[in-house]
Amino acid sequence: EKADPQKTAFLLRKAWTLYSVTPLYGFRRARLRDYARLLGAFIAAEKQKGLAVEVGVELDIKVALSSLAELRGSELDQAALLVQLSSRSRASSRSSEDKPLWSGWFCSVFGDDLSENVPEHFTCLPLFLSHGAESYTSLVGSWFQKTFDCCFRRLAISPLNLSWMVAMWAGCQLDRATSAVELVFSVPRLSQPLDISYAIHPEDAKALWDTVQKTPGEITQEEVDVFMDCLYAHFHRHFKIHLSAAKLVKVSTSVASAHCDGIVKILHSEYLPGVLMLLTELAISQIQ
Amino acid sequence: HLAASLPLPSERDHLRPRIDLVVFMIDIKSKYSLKNVETSLAYVDASFFLGKVCFLVTGVGRMNACSIETNAIRKLGEAYCSPVLFCELELEGIRVTTAQRLLRMLRICAGHIPGVSALSFVSLMRKSDDD
Repeated sequence: EKADPQKTAFLLRKAWTLYSVTPLYGFRRARLRDYARLLGAFIAAEKQKGLAVEVGVELDIKVALSSLAELRGSELDQAALLVQLSSRSRASSRSSEDKPLWSGWFCSVFGDDLSENVPEHFTCLPLFLSHGAESYTSLVGSWFQKTFDCCFRRLAISPLNLSWMVAMWAGCQLDRATSAVELVFSVPRLSQPLDISYAIHPEDAKALWDTVQKTPGEITQEEVDVFMDCLYAHFHRHFKIHLSAAKLVKVSTSVASAHCDGIVKILHSEYLPGVLMLLTELAISQIQ
Repeated sequence: HLAASLPLPSERDHLRPRIDLVVFMIDIKSKYSLKNVETSLAYVDASFFLGKVCFLVTGVGRMNACSIETNAIRKLGEAYCSPVLFCELELEGIRVTTAQRLLRMLRICAGHIPGVSALSFVSLMRKSDDD
């Protein structure tokens, strides 16, 4: 199901912080307006208590909850749920627009592994992405945890999964790959932290992947290993450094970029479902 | 005796005592350590693989920093008929327990335990395959 590029444009080119979320209990799609009102009241109450999120400025925070029916893998997935916080300064005139403050969305793209084993009254939306101040993320997160008895956990991405991502994304067919394929490594056990950035021309990376991949549309761990080994060997030949002994912390391609702390940026709308499917899988394995 | 890779330097051969157990250490955070072990395995005499070799995988407490697929390590253990132990060196309790296990294995391999030899490890490995 192709997502309408207009509706999903706001998802691109933003750094999203990833979380895994356990199934929500008692969530009803029909009550989105009620939930928005309750969440708004909760945030206002927390601010009254002195848990001020912004010092000095008096802000009214407006909450909007909406469903994104297009963002899902199959009919078995729940439609994505978008939460948006916007602010209107009390000092400004009525005609001023709301300023977007924070956004977060829950989604599931081909998350059948989780949803097929779940009892009634539970809604599975294992992947949560947030953009904006951490203080708002924690307010929204606490409300959802209290209201739907679910649990949020930061989703870390291991070097193993990052190499899977860079192999997959470097191999994507693009009309024009604008940015280099970049891998960032952190070298352990040094008195001063050292980062090594390895940039490869996107066409070279794609050409390498094409020689490695045997079946189009299918990727195996062996193929990812061969791809990475070629990159490591090339680097070692030139710099006599074994990148395989360092920790892969970030990968960037024209399709998307990902950081081991669980931060991704999706750059290409065509590959949005593919990236979300991979992230959903990671979220589910963290939950299980 | 601790070595970064095999083969051991031949200059010290005459000073070296008999080797009863070889423990290959693989750091789950370093792909390089796996490659290093795979290359070093070629320098081990075949007779050692009758229970005198084992693989020790370290760093399993931090699976988020994992650079090696555990399947690959399991296959290595199966290919070389040798046990694979997992541990986390950063936790003292596990460090001590692992050291004790290795010491027990070493005593068996050195023939200090009557009635049990290194070959017992091999037959233990085979049993789990049949299951």
